[in-house]
Amino acid sequence: MHFEFHVEGGNFSKAGSASSQLKKILKQLNVDPKVIKKVVVALYEAEVNIVAHAYQGDIFIDIDTEKIEIKLIDEGPGIENIELAMQQGYSTASSKVREMGFGAGMGLPNIKNNCDKMTISSEVGKSTTVEMITFFNN
Amino acid sequence: MEQANFHHALKIREDLCIGCSHCMSVCPTEAIRVKNGKSVLYGNRCVDCGECFRVCPVSAIIIDNDDFNYIYDYKYRVALVPSVFTGQFPEDISLRQIHSVMLELGFTHVYEVENGVEILKDAITGYAAQNPDKKPLISSFCPAIVRLIQVKFPSLVENIMQLKPPLDISALHIRHELLKKGIPDKDIGIFYITPCAAKIAAIKDPVGEKDSPINGVINMDIFFSKVFRQVKQKKNLSDEMPVGSRLTSKSACWALTGGEAAYVQGRVLAIDEIHNVIEFLERLENEEVTDIDFLELRACDESCAGGVLTIANRFLAAERLRNHTAEYHPDSDGKHPDETTPISDNNEYLLENITVGEINPRSMMKLDENMGEAMRKMEKVNRIMQLLPMVDCGICGAPSCQALAQDIALGDASIDYCIFIQKILEQKGELSLEDSVKIMQDIWGFGKTNKYRDLKGI
Repeated sequence: MHFEFHVEGGNFSKAGSASSQLKKILKQLNVDPKVIKKVVVALYEAEVNIVAHAYQGDIFIDIDTEKIEIKLIDEGPGIENIELAMQQGYSTASSKVREMGFGAGMGLPNIKNNCDKMTISSEVGKSTTVEMITFFNN
Repeated sequence: MEQANFHHALKIREDLCIGCSHCMSVCPTEAIRVKNGKSVLYGNRCVDCGECFRVCPVSAIIIDNDDFNYIYDYKYRVALVPSVFTGQFPEDISLRQIHSVMLELGFTHVYEVENGVEILKDAITGYAAQNPDKKPLISSFCPAIVRLIQVKFPSLVENIMQLKPPLDISALHIRHELLKKGIPDKDIGIFYITPCAAKIAAIKDPVGEKDSPINGVINMDIFFSKVFRQVKQKKNLSDEMPVGSRLTSKSACWALTGGEAAYVQGRVLAIDEIHNVIEFLERLENEEVTDIDFLELRACDESCAGGVLTIANRFLAAERLRNHTAEYHPDSDGKHPDETTPISDNNEYLLENITVGEINPRSMMKLDENMGEAMRKMEKVNRIMQLLPMVDCGICGAPSCQALAQDIALGDASIDYCIFIQKILEQKGELSLEDSVKIMQDIWGFGKTNKYRDLKGI
């Protein structure tokens, strides 16, 4: 099954709507609550990343009986040093974003911890792509 | 695949139901449909919150109630009464009057539920320290909330604190005390005066436990009238009996919003009213909110003061408890002849029995047990959703277009239940007028469907 969601950059009032919708879908598919939690937490982090850093983005989700694959592609500043961005506590978030309780630099590591496979690729000044895969029977 | 149902205290009386669909519109778990002109309850979705009971214009929704005379099956008859019961009465009626009338009405003991708070408050602190991975702890107090989490938020089930609420603790204590006096177990009947339907369901069908220590339930609305009438009629006689137990002002407010949270250390939130709770749990499930230590969640606005079986205005009842509890328990009161040992925070018997077993999720959301089959059904739901008008008019007998789409996918409804689709099918000659009227009759009943024709004589 395939699902797509659009994410607006800068609009924190809608951050989390894709993860909420995915959560409902996974519940209906009778996925183990613990797996749902991991998937949703990872997607929420990634979704907030687009809202906090990029101009806009799209989320593509494919689900089969074995796994869920999520791909997030944004148009934004890109990530200069991915290795650094993966470190806990590292953040380039603006003070405005931090004031709203985001931008603690836990996002990318948290995504990695909550899925089975994660890859990031980025073109500076253009876009970032995050892919994550979670298997249902692990 | 139909799941085993919860016991429900809420019942729809078919003979009284006029199929007005008010209940269907307000149900927070979409557990009600209209069929043949009557509301039908889907047992696996209902959490006994009682929202339907509040809005029913013809009192067709009733709450299970044990016959009052059932108390006489027991030689020792204990009324377990929550402090919100006191809040129902006008301010000039004292706790003493209320309790002594209860004894006149046939109870041998009156015991306040909030006595259990004395041991629970410390137990929560201990439980929180032992279970740091279960943050935020969710209170097990409100049975409608426990059930809501089981059916709608299965991943949060493990956050529910596995400790008994004050009601069960007090019931265990009073029974234990009477047993210690040599009274046989079979002679002890404990009856709870309940402000809501969910507590009844919790007693008849406990979650995480086999049996409840409570023998029966008496609905607060009915019992209030009984007591109030007697107080009014025998005003001077009922001042004789000193009350049996003394609650602190703080513990008497446990069942009010914030009453439980006031005892817990750390970052604590108290949220009342079921839609507010749902909104918050959605966020909690996404981990959008973190670092909260404890959540006091209650299904009713103003918590138990707003229970569906209460009579007094919920704000006034809450105010009474907050402001006047101290006056209910004047120090000058004598000692009740049957007074039991107060619950201390090191009561061994209670500490041994204070926990409840595992609370299991019972998701109402899943379309099928089998994931492949669930995916096929979901695809079907999505295809049907494309066809529906998305106005949530409820004419199909389901509360929303989404609910209808799911019912169709699960084989419980058909696409031509939708009035918009009926019109098009009629226009295209694919549905006869007779068939379309028949569909309406099957949903809304003969009378409502043919009212216009009958009254206009056409």
